[in-house]
Amino acid sequence: MVNSLVVAAEGGQNPVLPHTSEIIIGLVAFLLLFFIIKKFVSPKFEALYAERAAKIEGGIEKAEQAQAQAQETLEQYKAQLAEARAEAARIRDDARIEGEQIISELRAKAQEESARIVAQGQTQLETQRAQIVAELRGELGRLAIDLADRVVGESLEDEVRRKGTVDRFLADLDDTSAPAAK
Amino acid sequence: MTTLVLAAGDEFVAPGVKDFFPPPIFGEVTKPMVLAVFSIVIIGAFFLLGSRNLKLVPGKFQFVAESVYDVGRNSIAREQIGAKDFKPFVPLLLTVFMFVLVNNLFGIVPFIQFPTMSHIGFPLAVSVLVIYPVYHFVGIKRHGFLRYLKHQTVPAGAPWFVLILLTPIEFFQKFFLNPLTLAIRVFAAMFAGHLLLMVFTIAGEFLLLNGGITVVVAPVAFAFAIALTFLEALIMVLQAYIFALLSANYIGAALAEDH
Repeated sequence: MVNSLVVAAEGGQNPVLPHTSEIIIGLVAFLLLFFIIKKFVSPKFEALYAERAAKIEGGIEKAEQAQAQAQETLEQYKAQLAEARAEAARIRDDARIEGEQIISELRAKAQEESARIVAQGQTQLETQRAQIVAELRGELGRLAIDLADRVVGESLEDEVRRKGTVDRFLADLDDTSAPAAK
Repeated sequence: MTTLVLAAGDEFVAPGVKDFFPPPIFGEVTKPMVLAVFSIVIIGAFFLLGSRNLKLVPGKFQFVAESVYDVGRNSIAREQIGAKDFKPFVPLLLTVFMFVLVNNLFGIVPFIQFPTMSHIGFPLAVSVLVIYPVYHFVGIKRHGFLRYLKHQTVPAGAPWFVLILLTPIEFFQKFFLNPLTLAIRVFAAMFAGHLLLMVFTIAGEFLLLNGGITVVVAPVAFAFAIALTFLEALIMVLQAYIFALLSANYIGAALAEDH
């Protein structure tokens, strides 16, 4: 300590006491540097940081938008798909109903046709039968008279009685055969 | 004490205060003055080049410049002052940090080898003439003079008998000690560190040239000088960081709503 004081005294220098010129130089240099940094450097960096932050935030926002859009499109597709499915189901149902209708119509028509054909056949049969019966009746009467003529010869004069006998016989025949024909 | 007679007979002169005051380069201009000016040229050039043509995605040099800027901006200004108020103080604190840092590092740069901050005038200029008025000014501007005085000297929540003791101490600290300790801290660290380096280097040189048999000790002295250079590098960065950090801390404390 003593030594350093001696040295200081010798050189006229004390390191703890500031030199005015150094303070001034230091201050001026510092203020100059401060001015440069404040004026030219700091604003640029701050602008860059602000821009960078904005960019990142913008990017996030854009991504969110894209996601929302994708979600919306997906929902649209889903709705469309559901609609299409419903449509298809409806068409299928319609087709089935229509098919059933057609089948039942056709069946009704066929039944009608068959009934008609049956009825036609029956009437035809009826007429034919009546014709045949009438024919047979005439034939049978003639044959019976012929037969009786041959059997009895010329013995039967009473035409009136003869006619009544044949008619009665034929009526009896009719009665027995009619239920079978029905 | 300053002389040490060795076998060879030459006198060893230990480095002392006189080594911190080399003769002026010309007129009144001394080495530290030149270095102080040189430092702002370096820093100014670095930042002007680094901030030219800034891109969103930084290149290599821009990345380095941004990293340095971010030390001043984020880890010093924002940490100490708070995210709300720190922006206007970024240029000031960045300047403080870089100015002290580069002037400290001159101490281990070959051929320069002189820490400007070992002359107390320079740190005093920054702390007493810049930081001290700035933090009081922004404090008074924010709170008004009386409220600021109370805010700075009367810690909230302390009982009255403690305040009797505490208030004068706080006042003394806030208005006298803070700027002085800020300057003396870095000055003393740089002064002592430089002295230490000189002792080992000059002693090693002396032993090598005039040591006779003790010449074998010279490598040890040089090894120590090299090891101490690394230690000094750490201390220089640390002191610059502390200087800027405390400046930011004073500003933050002056602006803070509660104590």
